[in-house]
Amino acid sequence: MSQATLSIRRISGHAGAAPGEDVERDYQVCKLIDTTTCIGCKACEVACLEWNGYSFTDTVFDNSYQTMPQTAWNYWNLIKFNEHEREDGSITLLMRKDQCMHCADPGCLAACPADAAIVQYTNGIVDFQQQNCIGCGYCVSGCPFDIPKFNPTTKKMFKCTLCVDRVSEGLEPACIKSCPTGCLHFGSKDDMKDLAETRAKQLRENFGIEKAGVYDPAGVGGTGVIYVLHDVNNPEAYGGLPKDPHIPWVVRFWKGPAKWIGNLAMFGGILGVTLHYLRFGPKTVHDPDEQNKQNGGHA
Amino acid sequence: MSVSQVVSSPRTTGEGGERICRYSLVERVHHWVGAFFYAYCLVTGLAFWSPYMFWLATLVGGGPTARFWHPWMGLAFTASMFWMYQMWRRDMLITDVDRRWSKAMKYYIENEDEHLPPVDRFNYGQKLFFWLMFYGIILLLISGVGLWFVESIPFSLRWLCYLAVTVHVSAALATIGGFIIHVYMGTAMVRGGFTSIIRGEVSTAWAKTHHRLWYERVTRGRKSA
Repeated sequence: MSQATLSIRRISGHAGAAPGEDVERDYQVCKLIDTTTCIGCKACEVACLEWNGYSFTDTVFDNSYQTMPQTAWNYWNLIKFNEHEREDGSITLLMRKDQCMHCADPGCLAACPADAAIVQYTNGIVDFQQQNCIGCGYCVSGCPFDIPKFNPTTKKMFKCTLCVDRVSEGLEPACIKSCPTGCLHFGSKDDMKDLAETRAKQLRENFGIEKAGVYDPAGVGGTGVIYVLHDVNNPEAYGGLPKDPHIPWVVRFWKGPAKWIGNLAMFGGILGVTLHYLRFGPKTVHDPDEQNKQNGGHA
Repeated sequence: MSVSQVVSSPRTTGEGGERICRYSLVERVHHWVGAFFYAYCLVTGLAFWSPYMFWLATLVGGGPTARFWHPWMGLAFTASMFWMYQMWRRDMLITDVDRRWSKAMKYYIENEDEHLPPVDRFNYGQKLFFWLMFYGIILLLISGVGLWFVESIPFSLRWLCYLAVTVHVSAALATIGGFIIHVYMGTAMVRGGFTSIIRGEVSTAWAKTHHRLWYERVTRGRKSA
């Protein structure tokens, strides 16, 4: 990221424009996952555990290649296997590497109440700052991809960091480095989008996979992880990738208008009782019997 | 009524006349135990509610500590609320007197109490606040369990978290509205009310002014004697 500030603006004693001057650069990083060339080897799962310092946890056997049903607080990267029946009745094994999507409009961040527990860097990486996390789990409600996971021991939330520690040093994420088929790519969002569209076009035109396309959902403002899918119209078949993910409207309302309605109501309540006191004041105690006596004793 | 008996030895006070026991020690203890747990949940809940009030969490040891204790304190408040329920539920039943009183509530708000029908131990407003807190805490408890263990809700049932958030926030705001009015009336508006929930006693004039039927009921036996 720091290199971004070292692009040339002016050069001394130089004839003509400085090379690279005024050039718009895309510092938005992106991971491209081509599900059509994934072989489900799980090297990325191992690389993720190794780099991030987690050991293997117990796996769950469910009569498939699936390691476990979903990602965990200490297992951020998981290939989802799905035996999918094609229209002609034949079977295909769909495999999708599941991890945080690093949304441009992150639901976790919108829902989080703790100051600076979730940050989004200029390069698009959405990262949890565990030292600021209070462990409330609101991010779980905000995420349309079921990604944030709770560590019951430390009571903090965890998820894929897109290897922010590697990326900030100019390296690719660990999963990318480990992929043997080259189905994982890493670079700028523009470059990855280009590469993905090229691959999808190749699949449509050269392989007859007519519905091939790129998954970069607009509902969350696009994502820092994009997929090439054989059937872009049916992302659910890839282990429940949502077709039109967006921040739940309840979370939007709760963190938006509801906040102001509620704050105004509370402020209005305090203002209301204050004005009432100024207008009407306290209730005076009077003894009706005493008054009746004074007024002639009729009850 | 076992919990409200006439104080046997009249004391002279600034207002003159004798004092009547309005809240027994047990009642006062439960009120303040409940108040403590509610205040804790209020302060920490407001911290989670708005970034502009997140600093409130610092008062109780920081965000993670507040998050850890908030549900437990909520459970404690629920327990104390149910205790108050079994203690006061008969006194809190809405009666015909309350229905007539509620139609004349305008006079109560404008401090023209002489136009109001006499009420028993609690007036309609106090009863409304009691039932608001009672049903409010039930909603807060049910939705709160969902928020407490949000990780355990399967992703396919995530509408449950959305429902829990909505219910928890709405119920909390409703109780806060009642709480503001409760504190205002108990301290500033109805003088003597705050003393009664601390020391337990009110003057006869106070009792006759605000709870005439209750006054007559608890002093009936003594007057005939």
